[in-house]
Amino acid sequence: MAGGTNSIEVQGLVREFKKGPRAVDGIDLRVEPGEIYGFLGPNGAGKSTTVLMLTTLLPPSAGTARVGGYDVVKEGPKVRSVIGAALQEAALDPLLTGRDHVRLQATLQGIPRGERRGRSDELLTRVGLSEAADRKVKGYSGGMKRRLDLALALVHRPSILFLDEPTTGLDPQSRTALWDEVGRLAREDGVTVFLTTQYLEEADVLANRVGIIDHGRIVAEGSPAALKAEIGLPSVHALPEQDADRERLSAVLSQFGEPLGASSSKDVAVRLREGVAGLPAVVRAIDAQNVPLAHLEIQAPSLDDVFLAKTGRSLEGAGENGAAPDS
Amino acid sequence: MSAVWPQIGAVALRSITRTARQPASAIPPLLFPVSLMFVNAAGLDASTQLPGFPTESFLAFALAVPFIQGALFSTMNAGTDLARDIQTGFLNRLALTSMRGSALLAGQLGGIVLLGLIQAVVYLLVGVAVGVNFESGALGVLVLLAFSALVSLGFGALGSLIALRTGSGEAVQGAFPLLFVFLFISSFNAPRELMEVDWFRAVATANPVSYLIECVRSLIISGWDGQALALGFGVAAAIALAAIALAAWAMQGRLTRT
Repeated sequence: MAGGTNSIEVQGLVREFKKGPRAVDGIDLRVEPGEIYGFLGPNGAGKSTTVLMLTTLLPPSAGTARVGGYDVVKEGPKVRSVIGAALQEAALDPLLTGRDHVRLQATLQGIPRGERRGRSDELLTRVGLSEAADRKVKGYSGGMKRRLDLALALVHRPSILFLDEPTTGLDPQSRTALWDEVGRLAREDGVTVFLTTQYLEEADVLANRVGIIDHGRIVAEGSPAALKAEIGLPSVHALPEQDADRERLSAVLSQFGEPLGASSSKDVAVRLREGVAGLPAVVRAIDAQNVPLAHLEIQAPSLDDVFLAKTGRSLEGAGENGAAPDS
Repeated sequence: MSAVWPQIGAVALRSITRTARQPASAIPPLLFPVSLMFVNAAGLDASTQLPGFPTESFLAFALAVPFIQGALFSTMNAGTDLARDIQTGFLNRLALTSMRGSALLAGQLGGIVLLGLIQAVVYLLVGVAVGVNFESGALGVLVLLAFSALVSLGFGALGSLIALRTGSGEAVQGAFPLLFVFLFISSFNAPRELMEVDWFRAVATANPVSYLIECVRSLIISGWDGQALALGFGVAAAIALAAIALAAWAMQGRLTRT
């Protein structure tokens, strides 16, 4: 493989836009060969701007990045020769068929004429689009478009793959199918995958390591298990039967740990100071105060808890405040 | 360099395929200019009685107009297609390949030129069907097709330039009526030497579109007119060269890859 490595190394990467905050504000990261790196953050955090810089489509304002051993600023063509990318919107031509797309991409990527047909069939089969290959893309579902987008990114057998929110808007079945394929690429073909997502579950299931980005800065990095272990303690979530009891319930639960910040659900939640062992006391206290509950649940730490601990906000809905305009 | 030609061919093929699969965009450039020609011919046929009018058939005189008007449609088609690619991110997909910006532009324009040639053949067939005699003969028809290709190339590059600079299909469509004005203030309906209103004759004389129309018209009604051909090809080549150079520069700016 050209460049001798399929790693990604980033140091102090910055991107400023004329009329806005720094979309990316000095990030450092390293993705090892064959690793799936999940880049997790809310809308506007700087994920897509980072991908555009790493794929050579946007020059950085400062900092350095090497992709596949090549400098993204000085060796753009070499970087492009070793990467594949499926950017945020599946940029497809509605009037072309799936097969037209793969053949066009194969020609533009310089695949020899004799190999194009075979490569095209192989990829369409791989992403499960053989039967729909000769239909115009305007009739494809969202999941089919994403799978075709992935096939196009793989045409020239890249060693590093960038996927920018590949499952946004997909139904659970399509999402799982895409996860399987991405996992297989890393596992069987040794492809390094840089995946941006705003879905906690996606990062948790797919990524070997996760970088959490907020307001252009990486606020936490590590394996999902290690990040969650940092938080350590489970949380208890209780939903009162009547809304009027919320304040009383809140007062009871606050005796047992630190309240958790606002989330989209209506429950009251605290991080249990004594861990799971504290749960019986919580139940007794609620019972003593005679607060009828609709639901009570204990939750192990999630990546959302990690995000909350690092930023003071929940990941869900975090993008609505202070989002960078161009990222 | 050998990889460039298949890339240009692939982009040109895509452009043609797109047009073939949406007849709604291919039919107006054929129907509208021909319809306008028949309407004008019906209303202005008496002009042929004017002393000094160069032909007895107004249809033969007016047949030159669809060739240029059809090429103007190339502007809009090339521009809106490219603007759509910018807006949808398709251009970014192409930018991530090993393809050069110049190859992308060449492919896009190659498709437009081919479609322009197909349009020109249709106009020729319409002319033959209504009994227009081509004074310059078979060789003249070939020259006429070559000229149509050159004009389509120039206007197609102009449309691409607008798309690349603005990134907006609406901007391209907004510029289209403006270009049409140039057609209507040219010698499209009357020979310049017979225009009695001084300011209109001056405007038509300064308007490069007049020379494009007169070049085609000379091949149809006069035979071989060296001056009309030189002026027509000169103006068409100048428009094409300037528009291609500017579009190539704009493409470089649009493909902001490192």
